[in-house]
Amino acid sequence: MNDNSLTRSDLSDAVVREVGLSRQESLELVEEVLDYVIEALVDGETVKISSFGTFSSRDKKERTGRNPKTGVEAAIIARRVVTFKPSQKMKEFVNKGNQGN
Amino acid sequence: MIKSQLVQKISEENPHLFQRDVDRLVSTVFSEITSAMSSGKRIELRGFGAFSVKKRKPRIGRNPRTGSRVEVEEKFVPFFKPGKLLREKLNK
Repeated sequence: MNDNSLTRSDLSDAVVREVGLSRQESLELVEEVLDYVIEALVDGETVKISSFGTFSSRDKKERTGRNPKTGVEAAIIARRVVTFKPSQKMKEFVNKGNQGN
Repeated sequence: MIKSQLVQKISEENPHLFQRDVDRLVSTVFSEITSAMSSGKRIELRGFGAFSVKKRKPRIGRNPRTGSRVEVEEKFVPFFKPGKLLREKLNK
């Protein structure tokens, strides 16, 4: 496995460590957290996690795009997209941590 | 929805857990993601999406008020790309 990438299992390891639940239950609960975030977004809600950031969904109108390679015009259908806006705290933390790497 | 509401929902689903443990659990999930990104790592949560760090090159910016040139240092910003399942669910 790529040790530069974390997965659900790393998140549940952290939960095992911090909360002291079993591995299996931790995995299930991590999944529940993600599922509830998805559910709220599907319902059109904004999900705001303090000191982390905000997930929101917005509607995009149909527009005409172009295949950048061939230049052929194509319709891009109307759709809903999720955007994530990191909190100020997260931005500072991530920027600081990566300086000098 | 805010974090305390998320904690509430999960507590209701799991009456055998103390709410303070659920609170700790939810906080851990998000703080783990932040701390991974701060050490330059990527977090890939299949179906949900992936968090990664993008590098912004140093550039010469301008103070919009005075028009004077200012150097903007290289910086690292958090980035989230929604997963396929999430995109599909939103468009059902």
